[in-house]
Amino acid sequence: MVFQYAFFQNAVMAGIFAAIACGVIGSYVVVKRLVFISGGISHAAFGGIGLGLFLGYNPLLTAIIFSVFSSSILGIISKKAYQREDTLIGAMWAIGMAFGIFMIYQTPGYVPDLASYLFGNILTVSRIDILIMIALNIIIALIVFIRYNEFLAFSFDEEFSEVTNVPVMKTYIVLLSLVALTVVVLVSVVGIILAMALLTLPAATASLFTNSLKKMIIFSILIGIGYMLLGIGMSFFLNQPSGATIVLISGISYLAILGIKSLIRKS
Amino acid sequence: MKNEIIRIEHVSFDYGDHRVLENINLTVYEEDFLGIIGPNGGGKSTLLKIILGLLNPTEGTISLFDKNPKEGRKYVGYVPQYTLVDRNFPINVEQVILSGRIGHTDFLRRYSGEDKKIADKAMKIMGIGDLSNIQIGKLSGGQLQRVLIARALATEPKLLLLDEPTSNIDVQAETDFYDFLHGLSEKMAIILVTHDTGAISSHVKTIGCINKTLHYHGEKNIPPKVFEKLYGCPIELIGHGIPHRVLKEHED
Repeated sequence: MVFQYAFFQNAVMAGIFAAIACGVIGSYVVVKRLVFISGGISHAAFGGIGLGLFLGYNPLLTAIIFSVFSSSILGIISKKAYQREDTLIGAMWAIGMAFGIFMIYQTPGYVPDLASYLFGNILTVSRIDILIMIALNIIIALIVFIRYNEFLAFSFDEEFSEVTNVPVMKTYIVLLSLVALTVVVLVSVVGIILAMALLTLPAATASLFTNSLKKMIIFSILIGIGYMLLGIGMSFFLNQPSGATIVLISGISYLAILGIKSLIRKS
Repeated sequence: MKNEIIRIEHVSFDYGDHRVLENINLTVYEEDFLGIIGPNGGGKSTLLKIILGLLNPTEGTISLFDKNPKEGRKYVGYVPQYTLVDRNFPINVEQVILSGRIGHTDFLRRYSGEDKKIADKAMKIMGIGDLSNIQIGKLSGGQLQRVLIARALATEPKLLLLDEPTSNIDVQAETDFYDFLHGLSEKMAIILVTHDTGAISSHVKTIGCINKTLHYHGEKNIPPKVFEKLYGCPIELIGHGIPHRVLKEHED
């Protein structure tokens, strides 16, 4: 059976770890309305991947450093610029990607398959990638667990939190850095271009079932695992690209559940 | 001797090239109940943000409880406009009110039993004890406003600062609301900011009119000329000291 193969076990594990990170951080992305800035962070992460390939390091490791750095800059810019925040985010979005492509072009010799970073290829996930994903999950879970009340107060009402002397700029940058780490977890599963789908769809689905942030996080982890396993299974047995299949499954399921729910509410 | 809690001296504020506030001077004492009225875009919110240390004045100085506003604001209970709250946010009433205690928590940001007691007390004062598990999207406008005031009270403030508290509230609820604030004003100073000149002046002790510049009226006697200057034409005026409204005629 296919389940005995290491590449398939790795794929399933990668899917589960990606779902955990997405469930936790995606909930904040949805409730705090960070979708656009998260798009900027995920695309800018490509710069880190290009840098890693050029320097000969594991591209996930350089993507961690690069995307945490660029998300901090994005955070500062978006708070300090009183207007046209979206213009600046859009610029960072494109500059990050351009830098990545530029660096890959400078890389001598064999140029790796760009598509697997852009759209993900879950069947090529290595043991080292899995270890990096586990470490990132632990960091994300620990920070959110420790700062849960602060993130909640900050996400709900930033201005009031600032008046009660919550360090809002620091909290915002930490939150965006966690988005950056989640994007890195997602690179090998769905790729950076499709990462936005998994940062939003499981959490958006979960928000249809609960009015509590804590439950929303737990539900979106479970829903995310469901989407992942369904997507990986279908992509394997139907021989379709994994990232795109997972995203399509997530999107169709979300829309279907949304539709069913509004039908029930009407009747 | 009354203690000063806010001292604003020669404060001006520019957004880029646009001057929003010009040479504001204002002193607020610990027993004050001050209403600040002015048209939309007249600089009310900007003044409020300067008091809260969210914006720094371009010119002039401000002290809050004899401190820099960023420090002094720990004594201020801030009640933002409830119409701006994201009602879809997955949070219940108790969690909102507890967040008023976040500045008092330790590194792990856990709420103590003491914090919960203070939050409970604030809910009782506002008469919303039975709503504690309700998600905020299911509240009426008036209930949501009480929740925001309870959150401000949970910070144990010496000054309550309310932004447009009576917008979208019917007349009866508005009167009840002012009666309630009147009770609170015996325990703390209150400043409320509004563009609604309706019932305010029969309830507050003193009034300031703001439209780029500030006219302070210690005894609530607002000369009609000031209103004309503020709003461009005579508007609904209030009988001074009389708890109902008098409509002033146009002069021309």
